[in-house]
Amino acid sequence: MISEGKKTLWNDYQKEIADDNYFYARSCIRQNFFPGAEKTFLKILKEELKKDVYDDPRHTTCTGIAYHSDVVSLETTMTVVARQFALMTERGYRNFVPSCITSFGIYTEIMELWEHHPEIEDKIRHLLFKATGREFKVPANLAHSSDIIYKYRNEIAGMSKFKLINKNTGAPLRVVEHIGCHYARMFPHKGIGGAEYPCVLSGLAETFGAEVIDYPERRACCGFGFRQYVIQANRGYSISCSKRKFESMAPYKPDLIITNCPGCPYFLDSWQYVISEMEGKTYGQKGQGIPVLTFEELSGLMMGYNPWDIGLQMHQIPVEPLLDKIGVEYQQDDKYCDAQGRTFGKPVIPEMIKIC
Amino acid sequence: MRALKKEVVIIGGGPAGLEAADSLNKLGHAVTILEKEERPGGKLSNWHKLFPDNVSADGILKQMIQKISGDIHLITNAKIRKISHEGKKYSVWFNEGQCIQAEAVLVAVGFDLFNASLKEEYGYGIYDNVITSAELESMFVNQKSLVTATGKTPGRVAFIHCVGSRDEKAGFRHCSSMCCVTGVKQAIEIKKRLPGTDVMMFYMDLRMHGRFYEDLYLEAQEKHHIQFIRGRLSESSENPDSSLLLKADDTLAGSPIKVRADMMVLLLGFVPTDFHKKMGEEFGVEIGSDGFFSPCDSHLDTNSAKTTGIFVAGACTGAKSLEYTLADARSASLKIHEFLLRSPSSNILN
Amino acid sequence: MNSFGFEIQKDNTIEYDKNDLSLAAFVLKHEPSLYNCIQCGSCSGSCPASAISSYQFRKMQLLMRRGEIKNLREDVAHCLLCGKCILVCPRGVNTRNVIRQIRIALNMN
Repeated sequence: MISEGKKTLWNDYQKEIADDNYFYARSCIRQNFFPGAEKTFLKILKEELKKDVYDDPRHTTCTGIAYHSDVVSLETTMTVVARQFALMTERGYRNFVPSCITSFGIYTEIMELWEHHPEIEDKIRHLLFKATGREFKVPANLAHSSDIIYKYRNEIAGMSKFKLINKNTGAPLRVVEHIGCHYARMFPHKGIGGAEYPCVLSGLAETFGAEVIDYPERRACCGFGFRQYVIQANRGYSISCSKRKFESMAPYKPDLIITNCPGCPYFLDSWQYVISEMEGKTYGQKGQGIPVLTFEELSGLMMGYNPWDIGLQMHQIPVEPLLDKIGVEYQQDDKYCDAQGRTFGKPVIPEMIKIC
Repeated sequence: MRALKKEVVIIGGGPAGLEAADSLNKLGHAVTILEKEERPGGKLSNWHKLFPDNVSADGILKQMIQKISGDIHLITNAKIRKISHEGKKYSVWFNEGQCIQAEAVLVAVGFDLFNASLKEEYGYGIYDNVITSAELESMFVNQKSLVTATGKTPGRVAFIHCVGSRDEKAGFRHCSSMCCVTGVKQAIEIKKRLPGTDVMMFYMDLRMHGRFYEDLYLEAQEKHHIQFIRGRLSESSENPDSSLLLKADDTLAGSPIKVRADMMVLLLGFVPTDFHKKMGEEFGVEIGSDGFFSPCDSHLDTNSAKTTGIFVAGACTGAKSLEYTLADARSASLKIHEFLLRSPSSNILN
Repeated sequence: MNSFGFEIQKDNTIEYDKNDLSLAAFVLKHEPSLYNCIQCGSCSGSCPASAISSYQFRKMQLLMRRGEIKNLREDVAHCLLCGKCILVCPRGVNTRNVIRQIRIALNMN
């Protein structure tokens, strides 16, 4: 691998990211999958980087999953998106920051569509006004939350307590990145580093001291595919895609998978367990799985946040082997306790996959 | 009829320029060749053997360069700045304020090779073992042994056809028409040098259109057991040992295919040069939708530009083999000669 | 093993480097004219068996050369050995002997 070659390519894909004053749009599914991730993002931005971020409780799904599953029409999606923009406008913000990659894709596509077809934008303005009485401005800047973390990666690494370095051997941890498909595939210039060799996550991991591994199926979709996951009988599609990735990355012995999409970390995490139960196959070291973190969880962990405060107990593949390698101290007894110290129940220990 | 002696400037000292210079000189004209590089020869200088009959490119080039004598004046390291005309006189400005005047200008600037790094998914400049057809040819020319980045003899080499050709997204819809035969020629050369190396071609259509090209195809299959897989390379990635994993659709098998290769050779398409655009914008020479020069008439007059006094020859009007480039250069010379004869300022000595 | 109400699908990709190419090597050694095939499909187009089954000489030999041989036995069983394919092949591939060599390799004779 010629790293200089990638750096030259990255010069062609630098995007403008606003410095401050962000209107944050949460994902509709991440809060169930990995509930600490968005909280950690807000904490890092507000408390560490002292940025102004507005987290609006009135905002809804962007309809991305329903849209991609053919449940709602594009017109509906655009009107819902217009409402999100109206909420942003009403609060006096111009910089829109979605947490979800599918939302980011939806917003990017709609903004592009309106730019080329102002008559569609006019129609949506009319529909939104008729339905809600709201008006809106199109965001001046649209950036995914991983873009913001990437922008401030050096500041975050500067404040960090840990590095992605094996504390026992001193060797960099081996990280594979997985970028959500809708981040840059439709519009490579909207992604940091482009669509084929994005550096939004690899750049972050390298800033934390990791060695990023490029493996043959890196670019492949995790298999979420919306309707393929929504219908139980179709889930074989989804798991087969993830399996192909695991088979491809396993020879590199990764210590960690990092992601920037709501669906990908959930599937890359859970499918490892399901594959172990269906076929007895595991992909990590010593019969364990490969831990999967979102970029916010990773940043929070590096900052020294308590792993159980940022929700790492919600991961199917236990993160403890990773925490041990990094040197993060944690209380095993607190893993399944809430903020008040009450136990909320422990999961059943899986049969096939080793948890520590 | 004794020849009139007129001044012609030829822009480009590649095969087309050299051949036209010789023809025009034989027709009695004085010719100045302006060549941007240090040496004449153009792309032919980096060519080992010519398809389809394995003639030495160097031998051909030497014969062509030997003809530069008498009224052929060669100026190398000449960077064209501007072309202007006043009445029937053309002034070609180059370098720092130097100028040559002529009664006709032949543009023979050839082509550029597609910038392979634009096909990001192929990993040129990023993966260790991806090279271009030009780099492979240069290895042959310089008698370098073909080895991987780690110095090993490759167990398998994969050739990728149509890199920068038939690819609208990469900016070029046209077929470069010469890459198929170049690839097959190069593949055979590898097999001759490294008989134990497996060679595969990933192609969409094999356009072996020239005389005896099909014979090369048969030789590749029959003698060298080179494999042809019909499917454009979708993407490549690097394996842990820095070999490559190629993904394509094996369209004739009806399934996707994954193949490991130790090296990948990208068969680069012919694309217009920067000079094409400059001539188009600054001097009104017509450019076709493919970016190459469009002559006056696509059948009856393929060497005159629509701008009077400007002529075009060789691969600057679209990809051509050496054989056709030289024929085109001779054809352009005749057109120029006719033009100079007709020119009212002609001082014909009977 | 647990059931989750769905199956992990088999990957259809031809994994060339994992496949068994020995059968193809045997056939090509004994009938090297097969190297000359240009995949034109004249053979399958005129084949009476191709008209009434999924067997196609062109596709069968291609898959064999990619190491995809699981259906080979069934495929060659369709061949009527009528020889029309050898007649129409523009490259002179001895298609009948290809079939014969596959049958030998698979112990079908």
